[in-house]
Amino acid sequence: MSIDITESRPLGKAVKRKEDPRFIRGQGRYLDDIVLPGMLYMALLRSPYAHARIKQIRTQGALQVPGVKAVITGEDLAAMNLAWMPTMAGDRQMVLATGKVLFQYQEVAAVVAESREAAEDGAAAIEVDYEPLPVVVGPFFALTDKAPVLREDRESKNNHIFHWEVGDKEATQAQLNTSPVRVTEHIRMPRVHPAPIEPCGCIADFQRSTGKLTWYVTSQAPHAHRTVLSMVSGLPEHMIHVISPDVGGGFGNKVPVYPGYVCAVVMSLKLGKPIKWIETRTENITTTNFARDYHMSAEIGATEDGRVMALKVTTIADHGAFDAAADPSKFPAGLFSIVTGSYQFPVAFAEVDGVYTNKAPGGIAYRCSFRVTEASFLIERVMNTLALKLNMDPAELRRRNFVPPEAFPYLSPLGWTYDSGNYDKTLTRALEMIDYQGLRESQRKRRDRGELVGIGISTFTEIVGAGPSHTFDIMGIKMFDSCEIRVHPTGKVIARLGTRHQGQGHETTFAQLIAEELGLSAADVLIEEGDTDTAPYGLGTYASRSTPTAGGAAALAARRIRSKARQIAAHLLEVSPDDVEWDGTGFVAAGASSRRVNMSDVALAAYTNLPQGMEPGLEATYYYDPPNLTFPNGAYIAVVSIDRGTGQVRVERFVAVDDCGTVINPMVVEGQVHGGLTEGFGIAFMQEIAFDEEGNNLSPNFMEYLVPTAVETPKWETDRTVTPSPHHPIGAKGVGESPNVGSPAAFVNAVVDALSPYGITNVEIPLFPWKIWEILKEKGLAM
Amino acid sequence: MVRVTINKEPREALVEPRTLLAYFIRDALGLTGTHVGCDTTSCGACTVLLDGVPVKSCTILAIAVQGHEIETVEGLEQEGVLHPLQQAFWDNHGLQCGFCTPGMLMTSKALLQSSPGELNEADVRRAISGNLCRCTGYVNIVKAVLAARERLREAQEEVRTS
Amino acid sequence: MFPYPFRYFAPTTPEEAFGVLEQYGDEAKILAGGQSLLPMMKLRLAAPGVLIDINGISEWNRITEDAHALTQGSLIRHSHWEHTHHIRIPLLYETAGHIADPLVRNRGTVGGSLAHADPAADWGASLLALKAQVHVQSRVRERWIALRDFFIDTFVTVLEPQEIVTAIQIPLASETDFTGARYLKLERKVGDFAVVGVAVTCSFNDQGIVTEAGIGLAAVGASPLSASGAESLLINHPLTSEVIQEAAERAAEECDPQSDRRGSEEYKRAMVRVFVKRGLRAIQADWENRLKKPA
Repeated sequence: MSIDITESRPLGKAVKRKEDPRFIRGQGRYLDDIVLPGMLYMALLRSPYAHARIKQIRTQGALQVPGVKAVITGEDLAAMNLAWMPTMAGDRQMVLATGKVLFQYQEVAAVVAESREAAEDGAAAIEVDYEPLPVVVGPFFALTDKAPVLREDRESKNNHIFHWEVGDKEATQAQLNTSPVRVTEHIRMPRVHPAPIEPCGCIADFQRSTGKLTWYVTSQAPHAHRTVLSMVSGLPEHMIHVISPDVGGGFGNKVPVYPGYVCAVVMSLKLGKPIKWIETRTENITTTNFARDYHMSAEIGATEDGRVMALKVTTIADHGAFDAAADPSKFPAGLFSIVTGSYQFPVAFAEVDGVYTNKAPGGIAYRCSFRVTEASFLIERVMNTLALKLNMDPAELRRRNFVPPEAFPYLSPLGWTYDSGNYDKTLTRALEMIDYQGLRESQRKRRDRGELVGIGISTFTEIVGAGPSHTFDIMGIKMFDSCEIRVHPTGKVIARLGTRHQGQGHETTFAQLIAEELGLSAADVLIEEGDTDTAPYGLGTYASRSTPTAGGAAALAARRIRSKARQIAAHLLEVSPDDVEWDGTGFVAAGASSRRVNMSDVALAAYTNLPQGMEPGLEATYYYDPPNLTFPNGAYIAVVSIDRGTGQVRVERFVAVDDCGTVINPMVVEGQVHGGLTEGFGIAFMQEIAFDEEGNNLSPNFMEYLVPTAVETPKWETDRTVTPSPHHPIGAKGVGESPNVGSPAAFVNAVVDALSPYGITNVEIPLFPWKIWEILKEKGLAM
Repeated sequence: MVRVTINKEPREALVEPRTLLAYFIRDALGLTGTHVGCDTTSCGACTVLLDGVPVKSCTILAIAVQGHEIETVEGLEQEGVLHPLQQAFWDNHGLQCGFCTPGMLMTSKALLQSSPGELNEADVRRAISGNLCRCTGYVNIVKAVLAARERLREAQEEVRTS
Repeated sequence: MFPYPFRYFAPTTPEEAFGVLEQYGDEAKILAGGQSLLPMMKLRLAAPGVLIDINGISEWNRITEDAHALTQGSLIRHSHWEHTHHIRIPLLYETAGHIADPLVRNRGTVGGSLAHADPAADWGASLLALKAQVHVQSRVRERWIALRDFFIDTFVTVLEPQEIVTAIQIPLASETDFTGARYLKLERKVGDFAVVGVAVTCSFNDQGIVTEAGIGLAAVGASPLSASGAESLLINHPLTSEVIQEAAERAAEECDPQSDRRGSEEYKRAMVRVFVKRGLRAIQADWENRLKKPA
């Protein structure tokens, strides 16, 4: 049960969330709740074709629709040099199509009108003549000579975007060649979408009288968006005020800048009116950044007693029509090189080739720190295949290969320095919770009765908190984050951070963190994020980076304040600063604990009664450049049974033990784990954005892009081990994404385990019933 | 002119026949607690009570509820006291981003009203299966609804014994 | 996503409704629960110029029953049957809880579902199994149509542009018989249309011999189907495992599914077989346990 926000020493406690009182009253202020005087609405016309030349666009019809105020096309934007915009991946992307369209639902024209309905009517009244072109759907075909070159604007006349590799290729191959046991698995992670329940949108409000643009936007990274918008539009950055109001879920979807945003800004500049654009669910799924779409192959070499010797990974990455991946600049495949996972591989090699196809651009880090889900899924799946090949218990195989606690900090063969972990302890806790031995026993009995029962394990290591400035930047901007704390004379605090929460509970957890450092309660600390005119610059909330980066900044800014407070306390206590001790909620004179001042005494003195010569006030700002990333990890176990009649999989139990280092609020951490597991469940069992041969999106809305309801979702059982990060100021690591990163493999490993007696080592996700049934039929198991 | 009673208050506004109830509530009446999350009647973020019955207000015409009674999330709190469901969602961390929360609360309110007998976890899961949540994994929502049911029962007991 | 503009009428009597419909004919659409029509209009897949909202016609919102049949007005909402166990027509209750999701069930109507004629419609399958008749009326005529003659193709029925479905009649099995029923639906998640839906209902005399049998199938043909061949294998037999097996095989032959993203033709046929078998077994078990059940 949760505790009240007024308790002291709040760190590590299940403090009730400070943001909830407005949400439970329906008083959250989300983007579409904002109404400005004179506001107009925008709708976009989108392409019905995946690849086609645009021969002509006739906009007259739209302008005749009652209420329509303006229409723009790609040609109009081209005249302003805005037809294209840069992507975070160093590619460029059409804002509105010029010349041709490259994916179905691509943005072709924008219409502004007095109402939402009229804007849609206007878009529908635009006539476009298209000349369909041959469509490239599959990335493997895209790389062949037969495939048409999609991006005619590029110098290189092929569909290959990039080749990226890491590790020692020759040594890895040599080691594989001499390994007594070798297994290979081809693993696909289909195209999926974060699909937060609130779609993306913005209101661009350009005031001609002041020259200032206020841009309300569903943004996980408002400062980065301000900088990008300034670069794209040419507006001076100080004349752009980005406000990211309450955000109804993000999961990576609200990191990039989308064409609709740019169109709304252009329309506001053109008309001098506030322009609201809210995408529909269909637009959200079909055009804003997808995730995954990785076609991976992995080979592991091992000894006969199950020691891994080498790992080689080859991947084709389908990025769609534009490379709009939101990865740090130096990492076109994100942090995929975490692919050696929790295991001590002496050598490893990974390569990724990015490819253009006629699909929507991406891919985003969907509840995942830049391609970490792909990497985790791959290694956890292939380790399962190795266990099958060796006929070894998958828990035992993992134990034999874990990076042991004494090996940290551990340098992986692909170059990461893991900060801390106790993998064996975490796995042991999960095995205990689920009674692993008993479970295997009951599995044997049930198998004898003809039941198909499987147990799947995933012991993943994540890599989050991007990141240290020597390695990480986005479009050149280093990936630090920030916190500014002001202590008011009465001892109450406002703190602003460069991150932007979307449900993670920062208003509570960062208040707890700062309150703990300052000897206050969470109630005393107001957290503000999302307003670029007031918050210090930061890179935003995604990739589980808020606690590792902004959380570090918050702790260190608070410590700066405490350091000054100590001087003031000494003055109040009339002792030397060296004789002042911090007891967790206040300062005491050494050896005389009855002589005590707390933070509000000090705060008042900071404005009223300062030591001679001291600068007044009690404020601090910290820009935290983390020395390393953090490496949360976990052990997940799924138990499933398969209906031999229908191929339906039932998740009977799911145990998740996470280690995210120091926990700020266990209630919030558990909630993050529940949510991430549910998204991982959806990915494993029902989600895929599929296309037909013409490049038509077959999963454009919630009728076909399936989100699990409370009925399908298993009941999660969770626990934690705590292995603090040695380099983070409070030892925290970040947790939001771990469950989404770690769980898909557990589900698939369980299904494979159920079918492994019949020679099955792999089943492609999503695990639709028909897919399982085809296997049951082939193996003579269907009833 | 569409006239309704919303949260016990008579309200009216002039809208086109094609105006959906969700937008009538949000744009015309200014009650923005009711959210819109999809275009295929799938997500339930727009759930309101229509004559006490939970429905998806994005799939009802405003003009079709002429003269009917509507209740939205804004009507849950009474005289400054949170509804037991609101309190339970808060106490049990039954929400994260908050976007699906109003719909969840309204569906849950109808469930508690219409199910005087025993309620178990499976009942609650079935009842909220028209409301999608991407953040919570539903565990704490279910917990919150069952906790609110307990609280309501205790309150009824108190009334009976006093 | 918003519908195109349309003219809206809300008649309060059948005569008024028939009058408006006659005036606008093809241009008009009837709005009952709207849970299929409005999403299509929002996605602009449908764009009627006139919408006739019949929710105010109280005559079409009634349920009456005599010795031989139950007649429900076309405006009865799905959720009514979710909360009502009719002992002589248990299939209504068994089906209702599987339709769409709980919120949609509170609004969608039985008559609307039939008139929409989605091949995956759960009511289509169940009411075919129940040998329902559809009452169809216009300003100038009215007629009863057996549901099996009502569906023509996907989203197409025998309804003329001036006609409205006003009621559905379900024959009652003999009062002395025991009736059991199941609706089995394979869906990928709650709210999904059926990958395969199978409605089964059987009445038994006191010897355990099947006196009436119905098997309806959803999502395995151009419209909901009746597995009449399989039904005939059940009549006048006890539900032995051989009979069940035979009927299941026959139903799988009678359906006509298409391969798509929800499964191959073969898979869907197999699911019909599995579900008919499971449904009949469950009904047989109900009959065997009938005396143990509380009255």
